Amino acid sequence: MNERNDDLPDEELEAPPARWGSLWLLTFGPGIWAIHFLLCYVTAAVWCAKVAGRTGLLGDASLLVGLYTLVALVGIGLTGWRGYRQHRFGHADPPHDFDTAEDRYRFLGYSTLLLSGLSFVATLFVALSVVFIETCE
Amino acid sequence: MTDSATEPFDPDDRERQKAQEQRLRKPWEVPRGWRYWSAVNNSDVGLWYTTVAFVFFLFAGVLALLMRTQLAVPENDFLSADTYNQAFTLHGSVMMFLFGVPIFEAFSILILPQLLGARDLPFPRLSAYGFWCFVIGGIFVCGSIFFGAAPQGGWFMYPPLTTSYSEGIGPDVWLLGLSFIEIASLAAAVELIVGVLKTRPPGMRINLIPLYAWYILVVAVMILFAFPPLIAGDLLFEMERAFDWPFFDHTRGGDPLLWQHLFWIFGHPEVYIIFLPAIALVAMIVPTAAQRPIVGYGWIVLAAVGTGFISFGLWVHHMFTTGMPGISLAFFSAASEAVAIPTGVQIFCFLATALAGRFVKSVPTLFVSGALAIFVLGGLTGVMVAVAPFDFQAHDTYFVVAHLHYVLIGGMLFPVAAGIYYFYPLTNGKQMSERSGKWAFWLMFVGFNVAFLPMHFTGLLGMPRRVYTYPAGMGLDLLNLVSTVGAFVFAAGVLILLFEVVRPKKNEPYSPRNPWSAGTLEWLAKMPDESWGVRSIPLIKSRYPLWDQPNLMADVDAGRFYLPDAEEGQRETLITSTIDGRPMQCLRVPGPTFQTLWAAIFTGGAFIFPVYHLYLPALVCAVLAGFAILGWLWTGTAMIPEKPQKDVGLGLTLPLYASGPKSVGWWAMFITMIGDMSAFASLVFGYFFFWTVHDDFLPGPAAGPGLLWPAIAAGLGLGAWALTLLARHCNRRDQVLGFYLSLALAALLTVACSVALFAGPHLSGLDPTTHVYPATVWVLVLWTLLHLGAALIMLLYCVARRAAGRMTAEYDIDMQNVGLYWHFMAITLVVTVAVIGGFPRVA
Repeated sequence: MNERNDDLPDEELEAPPARWGSLWLLTFGPGIWAIHFLLCYVTAAVWCAKVAGRTGLLGDASLLVGLYTLVALVGIGLTGWRGYRQHRFGHADPPHDFDTAEDRYRFLGYSTLLLSGLSFVATLFVALSVVFIETCE
Repeated sequence: MTDSATEPFDPDDRERQKAQEQRLRKPWEVPRGWRYWSAVNNSDVGLWYTTVAFVFFLFAGVLALLMRTQLAVPENDFLSADTYNQAFTLHGSVMMFLFGVPIFEAFSILILPQLLGARDLPFPRLSAYGFWCFVIGGIFVCGSIFFGAAPQGGWFMYPPLTTSYSEGIGPDVWLLGLSFIEIASLAAAVELIVGVLKTRPPGMRINLIPLYAWYILVVAVMILFAFPPLIAGDLLFEMERAFDWPFFDHTRGGDPLLWQHLFWIFGHPEVYIIFLPAIALVAMIVPTAAQRPIVGYGWIVLAAVGTGFISFGLWVHHMFTTGMPGISLAFFSAASEAVAIPTGVQIFCFLATALAGRFVKSVPTLFVSGALAIFVLGGLTGVMVAVAPFDFQAHDTYFVVAHLHYVLIGGMLFPVAAGIYYFYPLTNGKQMSERSGKWAFWLMFVGFNVAFLPMHFTGLLGMPRRVYTYPAGMGLDLLNLVSTVGAFVFAAGVLILLFEVVRPKKNEPYSPRNPWSAGTLEWLAKMPDESWGVRSIPLIKSRYPLWDQPNLMADVDAGRFYLPDAEEGQRETLITSTIDGRPMQCLRVPGPTFQTLWAAIFTGGAFIFPVYHLYLPALVCAVLAGFAILGWLWTGTAMIPEKPQKDVGLGLTLPLYASGPKSVGWWAMFITMIGDMSAFASLVFGYFFFWTVHDDFLPGPAAGPGLLWPAIAAGLGLGAWALTLLARHCNRRDQVLGFYLSLALAALLTVACSVALFAGPHLSGLDPTTHVYPATVWVLVLWTLLHLGAALIMLLYCVARRAAGRMTAEYDIDMQNVGLYWHFMAITLVVTVAVIGGFPRVA
C-alpha cells in the first residue's frame, strides 16, 4: 500500500486489484489462533504422556506455550496492522458499503482488523492456562 | 421502488418482452405429472428438502413427547427402558442430523439463489442428489424404531456401550444411515460455497453481499472440516463392528476415547453449524423490521468468521470428565469462554439495529425476540458449563439437557419459525396468518420455558439424563410433571404453526410484492413467482439494493439487465468473480433428470445393505451407483457449447465455457477434496492419538509394513501424478498421442502403485483384528487404495471423453479437474507412506 495515497480523495486513489488472495487475509488472525491452539494442546498432551508423566510438572512445556504465544501474538498483531492500514486507505469510515474497489479493499481490511482483535484475545485466553496450571494432573 | 405495471412501455418493447418471457419460461418449466420428481430446480428441491426436514422434526418431536409422558410421574411404565433408549437416541440423532443441519441446507438451496439474484445454484443436480440421499437415509434411520431396531446408545454413540454392550443392528443403522446422510451435507456445502462465491450478481462485491450469504459461506466451510472427522470415525467404528478391527477395544490396544474425540471434533462445530444459519435468518429479518441497514455489518462478519474458527477449539468441553490432563481441559475451557465474544457481538448488533430503527412488530420479529431471549439464557449456562469444575458437577445431568435445548431451540428453532413466517410468501405467494402466528409464538415461548427451565433444577438436584424413570420422593416429581406439561404446550404451538403452513390458501389473495418492504434481492420475486427466479439478473450497487437502487424492480421486470432472454432454450445463470462480482461466464445449468434419484438409490443400497451384513448386494449397489454417477457426469457436465460465447445483455459478451480455476467444477473439486483431506487427517490423527496415549502402540519397525513396499508405492504413485499432469499439458496443446500415452501409462502406474501399497502390510502379515496398530495401518492403506481406485476411473474417464469428442484441447474441464484431484491424491499417498512406513523408524 502506498502511504502517500492517504491524503488523496477517493477518485484519485486506486485500490489494489481484487485477487482471490484478498479473502484469505481474513482468515490469517483466526488461523494463527487455531495453529497456536493446536500446538499448545499437542505439546501439553505429548509432554504429559511421554515426558513428564501424569503427575509431572509442565516445566518446559509452559515455556514452549509462552514462546508459541509470543510468535502468535506478533503474527496476529502484524495481520491486524495490515488490516488497519487497509481499512484506513484514503478517507472513509465504516461501514465501507460503497460499490467501489476502494471500499471493498477497506472492508476486507476492517474485517481483518476486527478478526485479529478477536484472535488476539482468544490466544491470550488459551495462553493464560499455563499461568494458572503448573502440572499435568 | 416502482411496480413494473406502472412503467410506460412502447408496444414494440412490450412485444419483445413477452417473447423473451416465453422463451425464458420454456427451459425453466417444471416437469409435470410423475416427471415432477425429476425436477432439479432450486425452488422445487429446496421446498421438498425443507418439507422433509420438517417431517423428520415432527417425528423427533413426537418421540420427545413420548419421553416426556414417560417422565411425567415417577416409576412410570408408559415406555419400556428399551423403547425409551431408542426414543432418546433417535430424538437427538434426528433433531441434529435430519433437522438441524439439513434445514439450513434446505432453506439455503431455496432462498440463496433468490438472495443473490441468480437463476439457480451452479450444481442443481448435486442438490437433488443430496436431497434424495437425505430422504432415503432419513427414512431408513427413523423407520428402525418401528422394528425395535433403532440405536440405543444416545446420539453420540459412545463405545464400548455401543460395541460391547449393544445387541442388534441399532449402532449400524446409526453409523451407516447417518454416514449416508452426511454425503448430502457435504454435497450441500460444495453447492453453497460455490454458490456464494461465484453466482453473485454483477457488481455485488464482497463488501456488499447479504449477511445471510456470509453466514452460509462460513457454515459451509465449517461443514467441510467438521463432518469428515465423523465420517472417518464412522468408518473406524463400522470396521470394528462389522470386521472386528479393534479401534475402540482397549484389550487390543484400542481406545474408546478416540471416538469421543472424532465425534466431538464434529459435534461441537455442528452446534454452530446449526446455530449460525438460523442467526443468519435473524440478520435478514432484523434490518427489514427496523427498516434500516444492519448496524455493524463488519462486526457481524467478524462474529460469523470468528465463531466458525473458534468453534473448532471447543470439542473437549464435552469430555471434561474423561480424565484428561487439567492443562488440556484448561485450553478448551479458555476457547469455550472466548467463543462467547463473537456470539455476543452479533446479538448486540441486532439489538443496536432494532433500537436505531423503527422496529415494526410482526410475527417474524416476535419469534426473533423470543429467540434472542431464550438463546441468551442458553448462552449464559453455556459459559457456566464451559468452566470445567462446574461441568464436573453438571455433566450428564438434566442441567445439560436444559442448556442445550435453550441454545438450540432459542438459537435455531425460533429463528427458523421466524424465517418460515418471513419467507413463506416466496414459496407460494401467500402470507401466513398473523393471528395464528401470535398464538403459535406464545404457546411455543411459554411452553418452552415451562418445559425446560425446571430442567436446570432437576439437573442440579442430580437427575441424570437418559434415565427412563426415577424414584418418587427425591424432589424431582413436580419439576418433571411441570416439564411435561410445558412440552405439550410447546407442541400445541408447533401444531398451530404447522397447520398454518399447510392450511390450503387457495381463496386468499396473493401477497403484495415485497410484503415486508425488505431491501434485499430475494424480494424481487413475483407473487406467485416464476420458476426462472429472477426475470433479469441485476447490476448491484448496494447492500440493500431494493432500498437504494431506484427503479430496480421495474428494470429487472422489464428485462433491462443481464440474461433477460433464453434464445438457445437453455437454463443459464451468470458466474462472477469471487471478490468484485465481475461477470466472467454464462453458465449453462442442467435441467430435470432422474439420474440423480437413481444415483441416490444405489448409493443408499451401498450404505444400507451392510447393516444386515449383505455385502454382495452392497457391492452391486456401489458399482451401480458408480455407473449412475458416471452417466450423470457424462451426459450433464462439461458440455461443449454450440458457440464459444454469447451476448448476455447490456452489451456484454461472455464465454459459455470455462475450465481450470475459472470453472465452477474446478472449485467443486477443490472444495470436495478439502473435505476429503480433513477426513484423511482425522485417520492420521487416530494413528498419532494411539501413539501418544499408548506406549505399546508401535510394535517396532520389524513388525510393521516395512519401508520398501510403501516407498515403491509412493514412487509409482508420484510417477502417475506426474504423467497425469503431462497428459493435461499434452491435451492443452492438442498433442493427441502424448495425451493418450501419458494417461495410459499413468493408469498402469496407478494400478502398480495400488498393488505395491497393498503388498506392504499384506506381505508382512499384518492382521487387523489382532491389535489396533495393524488395524490403523490397514485403514490408512484402504483409504488410499479407495482413492487410487477413484483416480484410475477418472483417468479412464478422461481417455473416453477425449475419444468421444466430448473433451478437446480448448474444452478441457474434465482433464483440469482430474489433474486437481491428483494433487490431493499425491498428498494422501505421500502422507500414508510417511506415516505407515516412515514414522515407525523415527519414533
